[in-house]
Amino acid sequence: MTEQTQDTAGSNWNSEKFTKGLAKRKRAEVRFRRIGLLAILTALTLLAILLFSIFSKGYTAFVQTYVTLDITFSEEVIDRNGTRDPEELRLANYAKLVQNALRAKFPEVTSRRDLRALFSLVSNDAADTLRDMVADDPDLIGRTVPVSLLAGDDVDMVTKGYIDRAAVEDDRRVKDRELAWLDILEADGDISLRFNRGFFTNGDSREPEKAGIAGAMVGSLYTLVITMLIAFPIGVMTAIYLEEFAPRNRFNDLIEVNINNLAAVPSIVFGLLGLAIFLNVAHLPRSAPLVGGLTLALMTLPTIIIAARAAIRAVPDSIRHAALGLGASKQQAAFHHILPLSMPGILTGTIIGLSQALGETAPLLMIGMVAFIADIPGSINDPATVMPVQIFLWADSPERAFVEKTSGAIMVLLGFLILMNALAIFLRRKFERRW
Amino acid sequence: MLNKTFGLAIAATVATVAFSGQALARDQIRIVGSSTVFPFSTAVAEAFGSNGSFKTPVVESTGSGGGLKLFCAGDDMNTPDITNSSRRIKKSEVETCAKNGVTEITEVKIGYDGIVLANSKDTKPLELTKKQIFMALAKQVPIDGKLVDNPYKTWSDIDPSLPNVKIEVLGPPPTSGTRDAFVELAMEGGAKEFDLLTELKKSDKKAFKSAAHSIREDGAYIEAGENDNLIVQKLEANKDAVGIFGFSFLDQNSDKLQGSLVGGVEPTFENIADGQYGISRSLFFYVKDTHVGQVPGIQEFIAEFTSEKAFGEFGYLTEKGLIPLTDAEREKVRTDALALAPLKLM
Repeated sequence: MTEQTQDTAGSNWNSEKFTKGLAKRKRAEVRFRRIGLLAILTALTLLAILLFSIFSKGYTAFVQTYVTLDITFSEEVIDRNGTRDPEELRLANYAKLVQNALRAKFPEVTSRRDLRALFSLVSNDAADTLRDMVADDPDLIGRTVPVSLLAGDDVDMVTKGYIDRAAVEDDRRVKDRELAWLDILEADGDISLRFNRGFFTNGDSREPEKAGIAGAMVGSLYTLVITMLIAFPIGVMTAIYLEEFAPRNRFNDLIEVNINNLAAVPSIVFGLLGLAIFLNVAHLPRSAPLVGGLTLALMTLPTIIIAARAAIRAVPDSIRHAALGLGASKQQAAFHHILPLSMPGILTGTIIGLSQALGETAPLLMIGMVAFIADIPGSINDPATVMPVQIFLWADSPERAFVEKTSGAIMVLLGFLILMNALAIFLRRKFERRW
Repeated sequence: MLNKTFGLAIAATVATVAFSGQALARDQIRIVGSSTVFPFSTAVAEAFGSNGSFKTPVVESTGSGGGLKLFCAGDDMNTPDITNSSRRIKKSEVETCAKNGVTEITEVKIGYDGIVLANSKDTKPLELTKKQIFMALAKQVPIDGKLVDNPYKTWSDIDPSLPNVKIEVLGPPPTSGTRDAFVELAMEGGAKEFDLLTELKKSDKKAFKSAAHSIREDGAYIEAGENDNLIVQKLEANKDAVGIFGFSFLDQNSDKLQGSLVGGVEPTFENIADGQYGISRSLFFYVKDTHVGQVPGIQEFIAEFTSEKAFGEFGYLTEKGLIPLTDAEREKVRTDALALAPLKLM
């Protein structure tokens, strides 16, 4: 304050030089503000474009086309001996029921090639649906009921408008005769779009209409739980030790530099480390969430340590002194006073570290979690994959219908990330204390 | 209190780690290997798993070379049972296998895959020869009896019948099996049509290989990563660009893309199947025979893969873009595979 008065003391406030300088400084400020605003607007526009392209492609993944057919649960086909033996019913040829229903609907189709095309209107998942229906209610046998069956992926693409009906026939995956069949079904009101429950309850599949992200979600959950169980306690303990107990010396400085460096190491390196230690030395099972979690824990540790140290450092010294002054040991001061007070900050850091781990694929590549796994994992030792890997695998699949599945999976992953980050913000707002 | 929970959690995890380290026996087939065979292998795995008698095999996409490396790493239960490959196993790889105790291998040829050059439907299809492909993409081309850095900028520089647009080819990176096969079949095939290079082949095989297999690096060939869908999207956006990828992606995107004719032959299902289309390769998988019987279901998996409903002429794999073997070949492959006939390298 005093400096400024001194500076301007000798100059004339109304001189031309001063006004010019002032105008220049004001212009510079306006310019800077505009550039800043422009930068933010650019970032927002790009984000909007990204989100728009994902959402516009992806929202259709949450609905799926169904074809309603009058299925005759003929005893001849599924229970020839009339025993109603559950084992026999399980192994029966339910696809035949679907084929019979389609033939009955389109009796004019006879050639082998045409029949194949006709049968592909309905997904091969239909047989499983019928099997489950009969298992639940064996009385269905011998009756004819309308059943909604999952449509094949090409049919699904047509109803969702992804295949241009106006294109030349040769250029289309769905030919004229299939479109004609579809039109007939449509006219009879047999085609419907419904919420795609399978997307959230099925494992991966090579048939886009059957593919779901349940396997990947469970895999991500197991992996993150392992990561948290390992990284959180070790990270917090390390931070407490380094902040509260470690003497300041060369060795500890070295450790500190190393931790900061590790936070910046590319994640694939941790994958290689995981491969070398957990698979080649410890002989843990390949592709298991256990190994994935351990590997991601290595990656997340530095982030958690840094966040936890910052949170611990933010606790004022007066708390420490008060605790020690009342006769608490150093450990008691750390665990009874400093740790609880720094917990909101530590948790925020941990959640951010975990959401980073949730989005990671590169380290998992090395330990075999980038794989086609159809079964939903039942334990941390079963082969599993995680959500970003599922997105990567679908993005790489040739079938057109996987494009929307990819975007749909991205939307789900984004949802989880937003939830986790919102939780971090909530914890900070709710519990953080300002000193 | 909090500490105790942490302690318990750590102890529990450590216990699981220690326990699972011992659980080596497996009841699930593990497959690794080529990204080209991945869509077929996974389709079979799924069909095999949905029968309900066995667990669905785990299929990893590691690339042909990476897969064989894992496969040959040893004989114990931590190594994969089957590896997919978009090329035949090399002699050196068989030796590595043998050194690590993997001596009994069965080769199963599953079908063909065409490699196509394609562009957007908004322009005319290209009609190329292998020679022209070589001239467009080689790092060095023979001009006036000498190898010089590739001077061709537009397609019409190569041949006036080709369009006057910049050469811009999007293709796979060197780690890809598709690239290996493309270089071997298209580039080398084209190189052989130059006298200078055929002579070089006789005198110095290594120099010929490096001349025939080197793709230009001046920006005309763009490495687009392993993701073929990405190439498809870029071709849609840029109608002057040409892309190189597997036939199944052309098949799935036939409304947007068209295949270039190579040597006057269009890349269609039929032309690749009967061998007329010049850039096609065989696809394989390799089975570790010692694991048969130890891991349940391997034999049944081979049976499923080589059944008519899978790799037959109208099998579900052809719907995924696999080009089937001839009837006689399939018969032989099936018998050999089910008998676990040992690998013979010629």
